[in-house]
Amino acid sequence: MTATLLAMQVRALSGRSIARAFRQPAMLFPSIVFPLVMLAVNTGGLGSAVGIPSFPADSFLDFAIAVPFMQGALFTSMNAGQSLADDIQRGFLSRLSLTPMSRAALIIGHVSGAMAIGLVSAACYLAAGLAAGVQIEAGVAGAVVLVALSALAMAGFAALGSYFALRAGSAEAVQSMFPLMFVAFFLSSMNMPRDLIEVDWFRTVATWNPVSYLIEGMRSVVITGWDAEALARGFATAAALVVVGLAAASRALTHRMERT
Amino acid sequence: MTDTLHVARAVAWRHLYKAYSVPSMLLPSLAFPLVFFAGFAGGLSRLDSIPGFGFEGGYTAFQYVFILLQTSAFTGMFSAFSIAADFEAGFARRMMLVAPSRSGIVIGFAIAAFVRAVVTVTIITAVALASGMQVGGGAVDLFGLYSLAAIVNVAAHLWGSGMAFRFRTLQAGPLMQMPIFLVLFMAPVFVPIDLLDGWIRTIADVNPATFVLEAGRGYIVGEPAGATRAFTAVLLLAALMVAWALRGLRRAEGTP
Repeated sequence: MTATLLAMQVRALSGRSIARAFRQPAMLFPSIVFPLVMLAVNTGGLGSAVGIPSFPADSFLDFAIAVPFMQGALFTSMNAGQSLADDIQRGFLSRLSLTPMSRAALIIGHVSGAMAIGLVSAACYLAAGLAAGVQIEAGVAGAVVLVALSALAMAGFAALGSYFALRAGSAEAVQSMFPLMFVAFFLSSMNMPRDLIEVDWFRTVATWNPVSYLIEGMRSVVITGWDAEALARGFATAAALVVVGLAAASRALTHRMERT
Repeated sequence: MTDTLHVARAVAWRHLYKAYSVPSMLLPSLAFPLVFFAGFAGGLSRLDSIPGFGFEGGYTAFQYVFILLQTSAFTGMFSAFSIAADFEAGFARRMMLVAPSRSGIVIGFAIAAFVRAVVTVTIITAVALASGMQVGGGAVDLFGLYSLAAIVNVAAHLWGSGMAFRFRTLQAGPLMQMPIFLVLFMAPVFVPIDLLDGWIRTIADVNPATFVLEAGRGYIVGEPAGATRAFTAVLLLAALMVAWALRGLRRAEGTP
């Protein structure tokens, strides 16, 4: 298959996926509103955490602004999975398997739709954060890097969501992966820097948890400025998620097509 | 009265059988509170070193009371999801046709919600004690603490039931959850109320969840404070929610 043909197929499926996502406000609304509500509540409740000796920020809002971006990635994985599971349940995937559509185009198309919601959400988080007084130490370029890292993480999570959908084949089963994502999200350095976590097992889990590195990479441009190590870890983790997610989704699609 | 009890028992048994035999219902209800507990008590324990924190029982006990309240409320509310699911599946209509006392349906679901909360709270308490939680309160204090949690469970369940009877669809789920979530998290969840400031302090000062948390935290260290205020608030809330759920039931009865 030529690259031009692949690009055409990706464009067609991405367009369908994006149009479908924006026609369903019920998919868009929670991924924008819920992380912002959580940010407001956590910033209010944990504001005094800046009084902890060695806390790395003067404002908890600056420290916490990366969290909605990560929550947005979590919602992206759910949206991608739900959308693909819906296609499987409605027989769209079976009909598509009768056409010369490339498998790569199918997965990239779904991931793009979910990422479109994710990027709109990311723009809203950034706007809300700046309106509430977030100071980005790395400046405008830092904001761009923050959104770029968030987009890469969303692509990785969307690919994982697609993998779950292709393996399970039902929207209900995709919903059941939410607790797993939720655990990964909570047992990270989301609310406290790793070196300030007192409980040993929690610090160990947070250190092994890739979500910590994504959050710390995003956080670094806000509270530190240009921290090459944190950014390298963040982008490497996101890129690894994308590669692993796409490879797993591709394998799962091959198996599903064989069964169809 | 006998009819009501028969219906309540059948409804409660059916709901509990479903809740403990379907893994997709069982696992999240057990896993979420444990993850919250681990995330808050484990990840945020350094907060007790903030000047002015001053809670004698340690951060695990401080967070345990919140997780107890949250588990009670959410287990109650999630049990009401089954009412909405039954309406979507058409089962609730058939149940209402055959039940000689429809109030028994509300009572049955409330009993099931309570039993589910007892199971989850038992597991969380075991985990909290195993992780070194200090309990300074005596038997009477703990009775007060768990009584508050029980009333919160019933009130939250009745709130969810009222919504489920009115909307009769699972799509009302976010409407059922969001108010409870906001009321709980706009209380002093992570630090004592004296360390809150700004808009969240203003809300926390009048939030009934604050009264319950402060009384509960007093009970767990054996220095009860504000218990009358907390019990008054939750009993009033529960009484309001009884009316809310029963009116919802009447509305569902009157809707084809």
